Amino acid sequence: MEINKTAIAGTLESSDVQIMISKGTSGIQFEVESDVEKQFGDQIRQTVTDVLRQYDVKNADVKIVDKGALDMVIKARTIAAVQRALDIVDQPKWEVL
Amino acid sequence: MKNSVNRELPDTLMSDLNYKPFKTTNFGNPEIQRVAPKVHATANESKVVSSLAEVVKQTVQDGMTISFHHHFREGDYVFNKVMRIIIDAGYQNLTLAPSSLTNVMNDIVVEAIEKGVVTNITSSGMRGSLGDAVSHGALQNPVIFRSHGNRARAIESGEIKIDVAFLGVPNADEMGNANGMDGETAFGSLGYALMDAQYADKVVLITDNLKQYPNTPASIKQTQVDYVVKIDAVGNADKIGSGATRFTKDPKELKIAKTVNQVITHSDYFKNGFSFQTGSGGAALAVTRFLRQSMIDNQIKASFALGGITKPTIDLLEEGLVDRVMDVQDFDKGAASSMHLNKQQQEIDASWYADPANKGAMVDKLDVVILSALEIDTKFNVNVMSGSDGVIRGAIGGHQDAAKAKLTIISAPLVRGRIATVVPDVTTVVTPGDSIDVLVTEVGIAINPKRQDLIDALSHIPGVPVYTIEQMQQMAEKIVGKPKALEFTDRTVAMIEYRDGSLIDVVKEVKD
Repeated sequence: MEINKTAIAGTLESSDVQIMISKGTSGIQFEVESDVEKQFGDQIRQTVTDVLRQYDVKNADVKIVDKGALDMVIKARTIAAVQRALDIVDQPKWEVL
Repeated sequence: MKNSVNRELPDTLMSDLNYKPFKTTNFGNPEIQRVAPKVHATANESKVVSSLAEVVKQTVQDGMTISFHHHFREGDYVFNKVMRIIIDAGYQNLTLAPSSLTNVMNDIVVEAIEKGVVTNITSSGMRGSLGDAVSHGALQNPVIFRSHGNRARAIESGEIKIDVAFLGVPNADEMGNANGMDGETAFGSLGYALMDAQYADKVVLITDNLKQYPNTPASIKQTQVDYVVKIDAVGNADKIGSGATRFTKDPKELKIAKTVNQVITHSDYFKNGFSFQTGSGGAALAVTRFLRQSMIDNQIKASFALGGITKPTIDLLEEGLVDRVMDVQDFDKGAASSMHLNKQQQEIDASWYADPANKGAMVDKLDVVILSALEIDTKFNVNVMSGSDGVIRGAIGGHQDAAKAKLTIISAPLVRGRIATVVPDVTTVVTPGDSIDVLVTEVGIAINPKRQDLIDALSHIPGVPVYTIEQMQQMAEKIVGKPKALEFTDRTVAMIEYRDGSLIDVVKEVKD
């Protein structure tokens, strides 16, 4: 699936994560800001990549501002962001959920 | 080599700095020779010097050890004023030996390190930009971290030889009689500074409040003081301690505090004449509140409360629930200002409080203590020094010392955000698991298996599940996931001493 518009999900509150997805051209490019980058940076990227893969998104620029969110929160915010970016918020992808 | 808490220690550095590896929490009964300061006799009518610059010029030389206290905490002006003069005068190669370093001191210490003014530091702790700089290798020689009791021991033994102590006080007379409890910038007990006043070769008192001679009560005495300097302001009264005490409303902290109280009241130590130490922080203050109610309900009174004192503890004193407050520092205005009203609120120095190399310290008589932790591992070892990213951001304080209590309780949440508090191995061992008895989290408690008596006493408290510490660690990991191991270089940036002066762990330079 092709990302054509920029979408955002999540807040900057403690234990939340804000994920912004926009059109990309060369694979999935990350910009990550996180207090737990050292310990969980790779896992955060992996979780987001997995979700994007389930939506068959191959190219995207992803900006992540993480405030120590747990994995399930990162997953939920990514799903919301990608559904908005693909303009399919009214068609939840049940198998992903 | 490895020490008894299984930490790999740097052999070369250890032999260079003459360290023994940490072995046991038992100090034994060694015979100890203390040192005495050099005294420059005087019969002058006054010791008042016109300016700080003048007194620095008269006292400080390259390579010396200088000290400060941290009783003004985040409201301190003295440290910055003195260090500014020292940096601008171009001194080199100084050792900084304050009782601790607060955030307001960070930037100027970093500057002093960069300019070669300060090349060695010993402190209770450090945080913020200074902790970050040291963790990234800014200081050539490793910082030596010592607990409050250990600092007292090291000063008495001569391991810390203070050439000049710059001690800010809220009042003093022209001869150097001073206390911490009167004046605009009163902070209460002078506990940590009393060591410097007693053992430094040169003692400089700095005050903004010159009193008529003789100034009493005198905690620091004229027999100890070489110079008195009057400056415009020694501190910002609003930042010395928090004003009104706020009780936490955080349900997790309240749950932990309530459980801590249940652990105390179900232990054999909760009886008439017991003693306790709680410290500051939201949960600790809440414990004091719950404990107060339990003491009233059970008609139990405490013989003393120890350590850093807050207003809620003073309330217990004034209600007659606590007989004596043994006060090494005051965390808020309420505790500070009650000092000269309550003669049962006894000022104690760091040695009396917590020094193991003593004819008896108060911590040895302590029944119950509640302490915090950044991390605690499955061996019950506690880290209060390095953050989850491996960077120095804490202080030993009295942690190792007070953990000598008969019932040492660590109160901490299972996880903080995505960071587990209960871990397989702490990043830095500060207090050995041998001296920790119970961990209290929001999900329940874990009891050190060495304490069968506590397992018997605490296993059937209604509503307080007991887990093994391994179970707690797994619960935490299930919530946050398994973190990637932190990366460090081989370079040692800080030595963590145990309270007997042996080496319990080191902090390595972080790899970024």
